[in-house]
Amino acid sequence: MSKTALIALIFIYLGLLFLIAFLAEKNKGSRLVSHPAVYALSLAVYCSAWTYYGSVGMAATSGIEFLTIYLGPVIAAPLWIIVLKKIIQISKVYNVSSIADFISLRYGNSKSLGALVTLVCAASIIPYISLQLKAVSETFEVVSTSTIGIEGTSVLTDSTFYIAILLAAFAAFFGTLSLDASRNRTGVMFSVAAESVLKLIFFLIVGIYVTYYVFDGTSDIYTQAENQIDLKSLSSIDGLEGGVNWYFSIILSFLAIFLLPRQFQTSVVEFSNRKQLKTSIWLFPLYLLLFNVFVIFIAWGGLLVLGEQVNADYFTLLIPIAFGDYWLATLVFLGGLSAVISMVVVSTVALSTMLSNNLIIPYGFLEKLTKSKSVNNTKTIKSIRRISVFSSIILAYGLYSVFDPKLSLFSIGLISFLIIAQLAPSFFIGLFWNRGSALGSKIGIVSGLLIVGYTYLLPFITENILSDNQFVDEGFLGVEMLKPYALFGIDLLTPVNHALYWSLILNTGTYLVLSVVKKGNYRERNYGEIFVNSQKVVDLKENAYVWKGEAYVEDIQNLLIRFLGQSKADKALRVFRKRYAVNPEEQLADARFINFSERLLTGAVGSASAKILISSVAKEKPVSLVEVLKILEENKETLSLNKSLEEQSQKLMKLTSELKSANEELKVQDQLKDDFLDTVAHELKTPITSIKASSEVLSEDEEMPEKLQNQFLSNIIQDTERLNVLINDILDLEKMASGRDELNLKPHNLTDCVEDAIHGISSIVQQKQIKVEFQSSSSVITEFDYSKMLQVITNLLSNSIKFVKEGTGKIEIHLDSNSEEIYLKVKDNGKGIPDEDLQLIFKKFYQSKHQTYKKPQGSGFGLAICKQIVEMHGGQIYANADLEIGAEIIVNLPKPKL
Amino acid sequence: MKKILLVDDEPNIIMALEYSLRKNNYDIFIARDGEEAINLIEKLEPDLVVLDIMMPKVDGYEVLEFLQQHEGLKNKTQTIVISAKHKESDVQKGFELGAKDYIKKPFSMKKLLHRINELLTEKQ
Repeated sequence: MSKTALIALIFIYLGLLFLIAFLAEKNKGSRLVSHPAVYALSLAVYCSAWTYYGSVGMAATSGIEFLTIYLGPVIAAPLWIIVLKKIIQISKVYNVSSIADFISLRYGNSKSLGALVTLVCAASIIPYISLQLKAVSETFEVVSTSTIGIEGTSVLTDSTFYIAILLAAFAAFFGTLSLDASRNRTGVMFSVAAESVLKLIFFLIVGIYVTYYVFDGTSDIYTQAENQIDLKSLSSIDGLEGGVNWYFSIILSFLAIFLLPRQFQTSVVEFSNRKQLKTSIWLFPLYLLLFNVFVIFIAWGGLLVLGEQVNADYFTLLIPIAFGDYWLATLVFLGGLSAVISMVVVSTVALSTMLSNNLIIPYGFLEKLTKSKSVNNTKTIKSIRRISVFSSIILAYGLYSVFDPKLSLFSIGLISFLIIAQLAPSFFIGLFWNRGSALGSKIGIVSGLLIVGYTYLLPFITENILSDNQFVDEGFLGVEMLKPYALFGIDLLTPVNHALYWSLILNTGTYLVLSVVKKGNYRERNYGEIFVNSQKVVDLKENAYVWKGEAYVEDIQNLLIRFLGQSKADKALRVFRKRYAVNPEEQLADARFINFSERLLTGAVGSASAKILISSVAKEKPVSLVEVLKILEENKETLSLNKSLEEQSQKLMKLTSELKSANEELKVQDQLKDDFLDTVAHELKTPITSIKASSEVLSEDEEMPEKLQNQFLSNIIQDTERLNVLINDILDLEKMASGRDELNLKPHNLTDCVEDAIHGISSIVQQKQIKVEFQSSSSVITEFDYSKMLQVITNLLSNSIKFVKEGTGKIEIHLDSNSEEIYLKVKDNGKGIPDEDLQLIFKKFYQSKHQTYKKPQGSGFGLAICKQIVEMHGGQIYANADLEIGAEIIVNLPKPKL
Repeated sequence: MKKILLVDDEPNIIMALEYSLRKNNYDIFIARDGEEAINLIEKLEPDLVVLDIMMPKVDGYEVLEFLQQHEGLKNKTQTIVISAKHKESDVQKGFELGAKDYIKKPFSMKKLLHRINELLTEKQ
């Protein structure tokens, strides 16, 4: 395949992966993106290019030792899950965003320890990234030229450089979307999971190809291999020596699965729910096993087909090429590229978080950040992270360009593992031993690193780069005991395991001794206590850290605003006050608030900076160790007591408030009922008075002219009718309220109903010279009780007529509907509804407070009846509160499916 | 002829009252609400006001207050309240504001006429 075509393919492939990340970020909540398998598969970022190509090479040259890298995690899966649970518990409570943060927090937010761990991680990751770039560049050559051999290329013509820059851009963009580095990066993780699937499938395809297409199945390879190559050394563990080496290699890979920053990132920082662990416990080991099924066969097949002269690392590419199947080589190349992309992206995201939160911010930018505005701070922090991403990748590229092409992938990869393994004592022992101190941790790590340098790096450089064997063969200054591969005469182990053995022994020893000899301060002990009893943290939350001192809520609040922004800070404060029922007027911050704020800041700027920031506004008083332990114990007890008390009091409060509101409601109802009866009495008495007076006049005056007599009689009839309407209204309302009245629901056109109602009032409208306008978007056909709805609309219109002025009055009716709801609005330019009455006008017994002024016309129950009818239809009726002139009543009806 | 002002927003009640009082030789004037009533009182200085309480705009109590505040009118114009407001407190308030009588609706036309005649002859 030509170089240009391959480059084009690479860019298309990268584009697709970016698109996947982008879409996943957009559809965060979807079932696919939030599936627990995504988490389990993202853990497979463990299988980098080193695995993808290197394990075949390892199997071909050193036999089954390659398995240890995968057996470690598989064997330890149950233990891994248990320890991981604890780590996740703590990390989630404290918004931990990286392994450096985690270790620094454990040792009392130690700034220097966080920085040291960051440097260790950088030293481990950057060569590792170089390794990945080396793999891309070499396999690119293999696939595009079908040979091995690196031509000297300049940076500008080297496609690897551009791939590296693209990966940096990807990591910088998707890795820093949120300021809080402890938040999940959905897009990145989903694309990593997708890449894990792709690399496994492509690897399995080439495995099946070699085993069943090139050869005749596994037994065919085995028989052929038995005859032609030295199988024994490649398929067995050599006695005690081999056994011990196996043991150490498995330990090394077990440590790596926790400590490699990309593993910490995927397994801890990106963790979001328990289901993910349940899936991972079987899916991740299964993934690793599947990945290794064909390694041996590809390795043996490669030896058989290509011989021992060819770089065994690239058997997966060279075998298909040897048989002319270039498409398959390209596929394998893409699989390898996937492994590189996910490893590089996740590692640089993790590294950039550490560099910014544990090195650059606490040592250089904290002062600047505390002085500038929150918007700028977010920008600055994100820029620091982005620059870190780019500089790590560029540094790795620089390292890659000075690499000796002869070095195998596997040997460089092991250096990374060795360096990162130095974090193990501080990390693991600190989880289970509360006395571990920051000093012990720091000196332990440094001494471990020195041993690694002496027993592995230095001889590695003299042997492989300077080609000088004197140091390895004779030891430092010719002292036998100081031979780098056989320190103090121990020559049983391979150089890597030898270095691991000595470095961990010294590292652990120093850590233990210093921690015992020189106790850590109360801060370290307090966090030690928290980490060891991690369940306590979950229960105690803000009470888990003992703090004494003096600080003002306002100062801390300002700090939060500066680093999180106004809205997030306000929200956090509300959450805190609600959780602990803290009085918002309280000016002094308590320990809980200090801890709460520190945790929030940790996500943004790392734990060490968070501590520095808090102590810049709070006067902290040291607490004795005994006090720490005592208070923790007390907190635990009072917490459970408080919890039940709080529950009780909350129940009581709820009950009281319920009673109160019920009582209020009753009082209001009572008052309304009184008013109602008054009104009813008045309304009944008025026509009765008129009837009585008219009748008296008629009965006592026989000489009255006939015309006048008729007038009095007609008055009497009119008043009787009025009495009748009033009584009917009262009965209607009662009937509907008690649920005895049923709706006669049938599909009708609501537009017709409105028009009918308008027709009904047309004579009064003409008389009062009122304008009535009806607007309807379209005819609205729905199911309702025609005569009742007619009553509602007529009522609303009559009300409007009552309150508008003669001549200038105007009533507008709007009818609107969408697929779910219907809106009917009746608006007038009358005297309007007083604000305090907006809610009350629909009350059953409501009559305006100003009833002596506004003599009600009609029964006065119009709106109450309207409300009843609308509610029976499942709708709502209310008055528009935002009106300056006039009144608007809105009827909102649901649209039943016809 | 004695001038009587009838104040009520119910036209049917007014009509019956007006007919009976005219037959008893009184000069009758009519107001539909409190505002109109106050205007007419100022203009006519009637001998008697037959006053409803619950009316639009300005209610009967306010008309009573207006009368109390005008020394000249206070002695000349007497008031009888006719109202459906039947609570003791309402009646009390009417008397406190200077009403000569408080007759609850529905009233007996005979009794009302009697009281009116009584008040207007007493004055003479």
